[in-house]
Amino acid sequence: MSRVYLDYAGFAPVDPRVLAVMRPFLEGGVGNPSAPHSLGLEARASLDGARAKVARLFGGTPAGVIFTATATEANNLAVRGLAARAAGRHVVASAIEHISILNACRDLEKQGFAVTLAPVDGDGRVDPDAIARAIRRDTVLVSVTAASGEIGTVQPIREIGRVTRERGVALHVDAVGAVGRVPLAVDECGIDLLTVSSNDLYGPPGAAALWVRPDVKLAPLTLGGAQEGGYRAGTENLPAIVGMGVAADFSRSEGPAEVARLTILRDRLLDGVLARVADSRLTGAPGAARLPHHVSLLTPGVKADAVLMELDFRGVSASSGSACASLTEQPSHVLRAIGCDGPVAESALCFTLGRWTTGPEIDVVLDVLPVIVARLRRLAP
Amino acid sequence: MLDAPDKVLDCVGLFCPMPILKTREAMRAMAVGQLIEMLSDDPASEADMKSWTGRTGHDLVAVERNGTVFRFIVRKTG
Repeated sequence: MSRVYLDYAGFAPVDPRVLAVMRPFLEGGVGNPSAPHSLGLEARASLDGARAKVARLFGGTPAGVIFTATATEANNLAVRGLAARAAGRHVVASAIEHISILNACRDLEKQGFAVTLAPVDGDGRVDPDAIARAIRRDTVLVSVTAASGEIGTVQPIREIGRVTRERGVALHVDAVGAVGRVPLAVDECGIDLLTVSSNDLYGPPGAAALWVRPDVKLAPLTLGGAQEGGYRAGTENLPAIVGMGVAADFSRSEGPAEVARLTILRDRLLDGVLARVADSRLTGAPGAARLPHHVSLLTPGVKADAVLMELDFRGVSASSGSACASLTEQPSHVLRAIGCDGPVAESALCFTLGRWTTGPEIDVVLDVLPVIVARLRRLAP
Repeated sequence: MLDAPDKVLDCVGLFCPMPILKTREAMRAMAVGQLIEMLSDDPASEADMKSWTGRTGHDLVAVERNGTVFRFIVRKTG
């Protein structure tokens, strides 16, 4: 039996069709997009083609796409880049943002900004009214993830966008995990800045993008030449960016069918585990308010690290949902925000499904996980 | 009056999880009862250090703040 890979949020295999398009861009015959010769002009056309493909995924203007190396970099550019140009000194983020948003906010705090972290309910849902209450006269930015990578909850971005529009505050949405899986059109949702990652779309790692509405002013974080409109200097990673564009196209054309297929597999895994592992319970929102490829749960009485090691030994790759939390042996900020603290938080497991996940693979997990948890519970003091 | 720390760790400029990771790493090489002084200007580090020492059982002997920089003194307990 080959390995059962259920950590797509950690890393997704690159779609072979994407890889095929990228190959000539790695092997030669392509120039630097800034070069004046014909190969440079072709490279520039490929770069702008990728820009249009990525923008189409969420209905944004192509010129607003700034390619970066990672979603973390895009999030930093959104928060720190916008704050640097804004008159006000207050930003709002949800309490369950990715660490790249939270640490960017802490960096602003060090510069004298005030930061409000909006709470979430027990399902990890951000209340649009809480965002409305958090906004002050000097608020310059609200940053809310479209869906939590750790607990899978999809946020009411459209309602939050209505609030930020009314109050005249820019809205940044970290859409990693959500783009291509839940509806996210920037105009309909009132989104002013949006982060998207290539690998999340089965494109290569090393590319991501921040989309910015034309009237939003940013200061660049990386200084140098005129690449990416001056907002992100440095020679573009053209092979990866071209791959990201192709991946975005596949996501747009195949996304709806894939979502339907993954939702069925997700529920088979989730319902199966809940039925077979006593006292196990879901973290994050159920059903339609959850990412279609995401299963996160608690198995009280055992430590996730031990379960993951046993799963790995039996050929199943999964995660705890938060690399940062496992490194520091702390319950993650996301679990704490949904009121899950103490020993039970140490049992958090996260399975993320993807394009090549099959029903028999889900059944492998349903066979081995109950046995592993039962055995570890018997061994527990 | 506290004894002089056995080790000083400067984490100024770094953000979560680095101050805790580096503290944990440095304490591995220390003997039980020894003191480490850790400096951090991450606004989240006070809550993080309190929570981490609470969980691990190490003794957070002192927390001081000088401008934007926190100074934590931790005694290794086990």
